[in-house]
Amino acid sequence: MEAGWWGVLIAVLGGTIRIGTPFLFVSLGECLTEKSGRINLGLEGTLVMGAMTGYAVSLHSGSPWLGVLCAGLAGMMLGALHSWLCSFQRVNDIAVGIAMMLFGTGLAFFLGKPYIQPSAPRLPSIDLGAWSDIPQLKAALQINALFLIGIVVAIVLGWMLKNTAWGLKVRVAGESADAARALGLPVDRIRIMSTAQGGFLAGIGGSYLSLYYPFNWSEGLSSGQGLMAVALVIFARWQPMACLWVSLLWGGAAALGPSLQSVGITGGYYIFNAIPYIMTLAVMIITCSPRRTLVGVPHELTVTR
Amino acid sequence: MNDGAPPDLQTLGITKRFGPLTALKDVNFRLRSCRFHALLGENGAGKSTLVKCIMGYYHPDEGTISLDQQQVTIRSPRDAQAFGIGMVYQQFTLIPNMTVLENLVISKAKLTPIINWQKEEHQLTQFMEKMPFKVPLTARVGSLAAGEKQKVEILKQLALQNRILILDEPTSVLTPQEADEMLGHLRAMTLGRQLSVLIITHKLREVAAFADDVTVLRKGRFVGSGKVSELKITQMAEMMVGSEVTAKPKQRNERLSKVPKLVLQNIRVKNDIGVEVVRGVHLTIHEGEIVGVAGVSGNGQHELVEVLAGQRQATAGTIHVHDQPYQPTREKIMRHKIFCLPEEPLQNTCVGRMTVAENLAFRNFDVEPHAVGGWLMSRPALCRSARGLIERYNIKPPYPEIPIQSLSGGNVQRAVLARELSADVEILIIANPCFGLDFLAMEEIRLQIVAARNRGTAVLLVSEDLDEILELSDRTVVMFNGRLVYETASPGADLAVIGRHMTGHAT
Ligand SMILES: Nc1ncnc2c1ncn2[C@@H]1O[C@H](COP(=O)(O)OP(=O)(O)OP(=O)(O)O)[C@@H](O)[C@H]1O
Ligand SMILES: [Mg+2]
Repeated sequence: MEAGWWGVLIAVLGGTIRIGTPFLFVSLGECLTEKSGRINLGLEGTLVMGAMTGYAVSLHSGSPWLGVLCAGLAGMMLGALHSWLCSFQRVNDIAVGIAMMLFGTGLAFFLGKPYIQPSAPRLPSIDLGAWSDIPQLKAALQINALFLIGIVVAIVLGWMLKNTAWGLKVRVAGESADAARALGLPVDRIRIMSTAQGGFLAGIGGSYLSLYYPFNWSEGLSSGQGLMAVALVIFARWQPMACLWVSLLWGGAAALGPSLQSVGITGGYYIFNAIPYIMTLAVMIITCSPRRTLVGVPHELTVTR
Repeated sequence: MNDGAPPDLQTLGITKRFGPLTALKDVNFRLRSCRFHALLGENGAGKSTLVKCIMGYYHPDEGTISLDQQQVTIRSPRDAQAFGIGMVYQQFTLIPNMTVLENLVISKAKLTPIINWQKEEHQLTQFMEKMPFKVPLTARVGSLAAGEKQKVEILKQLALQNRILILDEPTSVLTPQEADEMLGHLRAMTLGRQLSVLIITHKLREVAAFADDVTVLRKGRFVGSGKVSELKITQMAEMMVGSEVTAKPKQRNERLSKVPKLVLQNIRVKNDIGVEVVRGVHLTIHEGEIVGVAGVSGNGQHELVEVLAGQRQATAGTIHVHDQPYQPTREKIMRHKIFCLPEEPLQNTCVGRMTVAENLAFRNFDVEPHAVGGWLMSRPALCRSARGLIERYNIKPPYPEIPIQSLSGGNVQRAVLARELSADVEILIIANPCFGLDFLAMEEIRLQIVAARNRGTAVLLVSEDLDEILELSDRTVVMFNGRLVYETASPGADLAVIGRHMTGHAT
């Protein structure tokens, strides 16, 4: 039994990274978008679209990395479409987001019909566990390069928001559109750029799903990561580095059920699988108190205004 | 800063219309180099509109603007900045979630792609050494007091090397000490030939103390200008309203009853970020009594008023009205006739995009005659009542069907007061009622408050203006750090003692 518990721990560790990576990309994308003062609920659709695009391109070209790139580009187009629609007078970003979510998933299912059966080339993984001879540990330390890229993106994004003119402009647009206009900043353009870039990251998150883990293309591929990203970003207080830790936390929570099952504990399987959703709900309830405002929230977000 | 004196600014025949309304008609105005110039006028006279035209925020329908006798076209605030003209707006335009340093850096015209914070901080520290006042660069703007924020706004304009500074009612958010300090610094800079200042204000005391020249607008027209040293305060006031002004003494009834109307017991309230800012307030207000709450802003007054208005929940304590426990539900508000005039009425109790008539009817849109049979809204009735109130409270312009946010600041204040005072009032909660009002409106509103008291209304008056409190109230309490720390009868109160309690220096 002793070894069994170790096994669970190791499996959770591996699962944390494996399941946390798409959370990381989507939440970084959402974080950037929200920093500029918009919420993009359409990221769920972007994610699915990215997954489909990545899978299809990888299958046709034989290069999974080209698939990742194209998934990002597809996400970028959806993001740009979202923010372009929102830049019209009196258009609400939440409503557009919901429409974009349905549009993105619908389009992906429509275009992705032919790819449900065939098997595309998979993204390679890096063996960080080669030194060990415990098979479970080896498996857990099979890490995808996208995870490492995600860490770099989180660090760079955090640095850029603080230390570059571009980052400062994004934050001003997110804090006060009036102030930004008084400074002569093109608020709509900044938001379109940020949402498009956020969509790029979310699209990559989607390609990770289809090209690495769980590695297939089907209609049930995404399990709401795009929507949960909104809660993750709130929990991370709109800080990219915190997005990394929060994504790992959610990844770990989602890995708990399968890991326990792998050592034969099946009781409460569904409860364990529901943990990420319960955590999301809890974050929303705890943070949405009418009596206090959140620290760090960009003031222009429609939900907080 | 580049050398040479700031340019001479002149407007010629400026006319600005908003739909049917002519906000400015043929206005000529001159701001001479290195002068401290005050722009006066009643609420709605067109002062803000004139300076916004100069800044390129609005585009005048007719007329020209010139700098040093050269005609210029100013299309946007950016253009104005290129000509060295900067403005501090009636509301703050700083970003509260960012530091002072970040706020100053983003306002620069050219940003390097990667920002070298050390260098920027160094430069700004050096710049600030030449300035008469200092602000901590690393502080978050949201955590600064109003006076400090105003200083940051001014520093921002000066750091941009602007030579003409326009300020729209900069002192209405400041305490008199803060205002004097800031205006003194600006005055020194004009004397040092670094700056021209154009200031909009309703406080004639400040004009007399600091300004060189004055220009008066009335109903969108230029009525005169001159040197402050050659004019008396009463003359300026007469130019503003176009008739003689005399402050009417306020008739006060002897108080007869000692019936408690509003009783607060151990009220505790948390602010937006969860800090307890009202920490056990006990207060009783009797029939026909005005109780003034004095204190430096930010000591919990704001949150206390919000609780009484039903905009925030207390964490502990009880409120009793007429000896019954009170929660601010619509039904209880109606029954006990407890009304409220909070600060910043446009944000706090109006819906800016709805019309004046609709806003005026918020208290009674669901009763006859506005709602036929209690449910069908009658627009004609709504407008009829609105016209009555507009006339009685002299709200300008007198159109019930325009959005309330297009009214000038003072007229919004009047509209809200009209709504809150129009019906029978038993209890009245007021916060800074004269914020941004011209003195005629101020007198009017103060008269109304005292008249309400004489009719037996219990009034809680929260104000940052100590003179106002001492003039109007029967009893003064001082709020400091979330508690009421001192109480005295207002007639004959000792200002020095009140001041010490306001700053927490009483022992
Ligand atoms: N954007 C706008 N649309 C329509 N009417 C406007 C607009 N801005 C101002 N007005 C009207 O123009 C007139 C002048 O307004 P302005 O704000 O210049 O007054 P003000 O002198 O600054 O008054 P206050 O002392 O109350 O601030 C007012 O009658 C106001 O209702
Ligand atoms: Mg004004």
